[in-house]
Amino acid sequence: MKTLTEGEDLSSAPAVTTTLTTRTTPVRQLDRVIIRFAGDSGDGMQLTGDRFTSETASFGNDLSTLPNFPAEIRAPAGTLPGVSSFQLHFADHDILTPGDAPNVLVAMNPAALKANVADLPRGAEIIVNTDEFTKRPMAKVGYATSPLEDGSLGAYHVHPVALTSMTIEALKDFGLSRKEAERSKNMFALGLLSWMYHRPTEGTEKFLRTKFAKKPQIAEANVAAFRAGWNFGETTEDFAVSYEVAPATSAFPAGTYRNISGNLALSLGLIAAGRQADLPLYLGSYPITPASDILHELSKHKNFGVRTFQAEDEIAGIGAALGAAFGGSLGVTTTSGPGVALKSEAIGLAVSLELPLLIIDIQRGGPSTGLPTKTEQADLLQAMYGRNGEAPVPVIAPRTPGDCFDAAIDAVRIALAYRTPVFLLSDGYLANGSEPWRVPEVDELPDLRVQFASGPNHELADGTEVFWPYKRDPKTLARPWAVPGTPGLEHRIGGIEKQDGTGNISYDPANHDFMVRTRQAKIDNIEVPDLEVDDPHGAKTLVLGWGSTFGPISAAVRRLRVEGKPIAQAHLRHLNPFPKNLGEVLKRYEHVVVPEMNLGQLATLIRAKYLVDAISYNQVNGMPFKAEQLATALKEAIDD
Amino acid sequence: MTEVIEALSLVPKAEAKQSMKDFKSDQEVRWCPGCGDYAVLAAVQGFMPELGLAKENIVFVSGIGCSSRFPYYMNTYGMHSIHGRAPAIATGLASSRRDLSVWVVTGDGDALSIGGNHLIHALRRNVNLKILLFNNRIYGLTKGQYSPTSEVGKITKSTPMGSLDAPFNPVSLAIGAEASFVARTVDSDRKHLTSVLRAAAEHQGTALIEIYQNCNIFNDGAFEVLKDKQQAEEAVIRLEHGQLIRFGADGSKGVVRDQATGDLKVIAVTDENASQILIHDAHTTSPTTAFALSRLADPDTLHHTPIGVFRSVDRPVYDTQMSDQLETAIEQKGKGDLATLLAGNDTWTTGR
Repeated sequence: MKTLTEGEDLSSAPAVTTTLTTRTTPVRQLDRVIIRFAGDSGDGMQLTGDRFTSETASFGNDLSTLPNFPAEIRAPAGTLPGVSSFQLHFADHDILTPGDAPNVLVAMNPAALKANVADLPRGAEIIVNTDEFTKRPMAKVGYATSPLEDGSLGAYHVHPVALTSMTIEALKDFGLSRKEAERSKNMFALGLLSWMYHRPTEGTEKFLRTKFAKKPQIAEANVAAFRAGWNFGETTEDFAVSYEVAPATSAFPAGTYRNISGNLALSLGLIAAGRQADLPLYLGSYPITPASDILHELSKHKNFGVRTFQAEDEIAGIGAALGAAFGGSLGVTTTSGPGVALKSEAIGLAVSLELPLLIIDIQRGGPSTGLPTKTEQADLLQAMYGRNGEAPVPVIAPRTPGDCFDAAIDAVRIALAYRTPVFLLSDGYLANGSEPWRVPEVDELPDLRVQFASGPNHELADGTEVFWPYKRDPKTLARPWAVPGTPGLEHRIGGIEKQDGTGNISYDPANHDFMVRTRQAKIDNIEVPDLEVDDPHGAKTLVLGWGSTFGPISAAVRRLRVEGKPIAQAHLRHLNPFPKNLGEVLKRYEHVVVPEMNLGQLATLIRAKYLVDAISYNQVNGMPFKAEQLATALKEAIDD
Repeated sequence: MTEVIEALSLVPKAEAKQSMKDFKSDQEVRWCPGCGDYAVLAAVQGFMPELGLAKENIVFVSGIGCSSRFPYYMNTYGMHSIHGRAPAIATGLASSRRDLSVWVVTGDGDALSIGGNHLIHALRRNVNLKILLFNNRIYGLTKGQYSPTSEVGKITKSTPMGSLDAPFNPVSLAIGAEASFVARTVDSDRKHLTSVLRAAAEHQGTALIEIYQNCNIFNDGAFEVLKDKQQAEEAVIRLEHGQLIRFGADGSKGVVRDQATGDLKVIAVTDENASQILIHDAHTTSPTTAFALSRLADPDTLHHTPIGVFRSVDRPVYDTQMSDQLETAIEQKGKGDLATLLAGNDTWTTGR
């Protein structure tokens, strides 16, 4: 592995060396590139980005993506709020974030240029669709003069390309209306970028033919536009060079890889967990952004015995999952923050029933409806405490898109072993972002099987053998899981306080005190691995994160170390219970900085629990942290 | 009952003959003395042996309210859940375990106020659930506020000047929500209650039984007109499939269709009009007449209240179809292979 890769994002202009290949134009080698595709929400930018990502993944680069789109399905055309973008960072080495600032911006219209140009570093390349830079579209976003002509883009390398008209020209023999032909302009742009960066093209052509299998004419038109874009790059003199980013062969341990988004990894994790537990998976869910993709994905896999129930509301979603869990299924509900609020009472019931259940919260901007398509991690305290009574629930959080797979399996492990609802906190950034993921061998997956109760577990004073639904395993404090259909174990459970052991209704004060403490002790005693600290230089400052901030924090830490600033890093997967060694780790450092995409929720928890004067660093703008910004903030703490 | 009930064909049978005692749990029943719930509990416990099902394959799920304590008293599996959510929880259970006979016990507040959404969606989905809706037209457990079935102007602690909102008619609501089986019965009429339970058990899909139940503490005598022998003769219309809809002393009254409006009305039967009296058809596809029957009763006096099975039609059952889809998916794609799924269609390999 190259040593200098730790300097990821050190400069905005990538290091280049020029060589000549068999191509007619010179080819430069880059170690990494950040591209942003931007256009109207109807322009197909997410699809374009997905395709470029797939090409890049199959080429073997490391990559990280950041889709960014409005909540409106089709916002008014040509307006700033309607701009949809997709950023992709790919490299010949391992990378951690979608990148702070794009090296290349593809702007399909004036709105896309205006909304994104401020993010570009000097010297960045801008490919603009000149056909859209006419008076009205420019006026719509407040361009009095054309930015392509008034010199305002002087700091950048602008490639004016008539994307729309060239696409229409390329498709003139397809018998399509102008409007239909124009819709392929994203594929023209993709073809051009694919040429610029030497991306393999077979995958995209195959994809188009599959996607439009029922409309072969449209399929071929898109393929033709894609090829026209490629050929345009090859022939035009405006693009003097093309770029190669070598596969990141040294970044990946040996194995088979695929590109994966967080929501897909989570879905696969759930199916894998169901198989490893030998339990049928039952998803009760109500559609909500950005969690719906899990419902969609699981619905495709009925041949794994997966039942998906699209409920009438959030409450019914969790209710059905809990009912299925009572019957011996692996019950799961998926949602986002507003849905968690609605499910709270049912989560409390699950705490009381002590049945396994997964509550998956793909966090988004809040409060209330908030920012449905933007990321945030402000549901931590809701997950921890958002219920009536003392209702402890384990909380775990994945750190990268691929890690959503492992986190799902870990969450299922805890739910089953301890007979408890478990929160899994992902977020919009992980859900929609993607990265290469090593496909695990099925044999490596943990055995999650549990035993259902099959007979009496208690002997009364008179020698009678009986079944007590709340007689606990002495080690885990889990109660037996006796599923309907098991003869002799008929029992009733409910949300009313129960007598220890028998599970009968009990209003006895001492029993309630005991049960409250026992439910808490069960969660507190869940086995979670110790927190690992990455501290090669014996630093005095620790940066502690959780969830999706892992990438940006790690990138910032690399920068600081390259600059000779020692800093220690630790990242929490388990937020309830915390790892046993967390308090000891925190006390080792003079400064503890906690960056979060909220106003300091983890910081509040650790300050309360460990009396550590943690420094909270916060951002709630709907976007992930940028590595540079974090590095600057961390530097202040180090130098303090 | 010796014949196999198709709706319960997947539920294992009891090995030995059962008695009412087998279905009584060891828990002390804690309803107020004189509560109508006792009669319903006894009727259900008495009816269960008829079904002859393995009792470990029977589950009672309830919400919150007086009647929702019901599962504790049944020696079957049971869940006393949270307010209004029993139909949703039972849907998850029934749709994942077709070998269970799942019953929901709920009340007018639980099912029609806080849980109204779950009720209507369970009905339209036609999940294999039997819902017993105890309607006492009052909130009992919270000590006497008016409920969504209380008559307008009800004076209660929360409505000292009278309640303002128009009540739901649960049978009308259920028929409007595409229910495939809707019946009404009365707590004190054990024989009728049992016959309706039997019809519900035999039905494939969701069955809703509205049980008029007396709350002797907060709404005593709400259904007295249907129980008092003399008054009941004029007030109660007993529906039986295939029978003329006649009631009153010696069947002196009958239900006919108003030719002008298409609505139903009650007439005094004469030789001339006897041929116009409707024959009750619970199995007809159209819900129109069942709905019209549900509107006959006067909501204030309860005169002309039909009891019995309003509607019982065959319609695809949600949990059956859900299972069928799993089987179809396996037929079409083969049983899922995890390694193939994890790898997806687009992989690359590195050697290091």
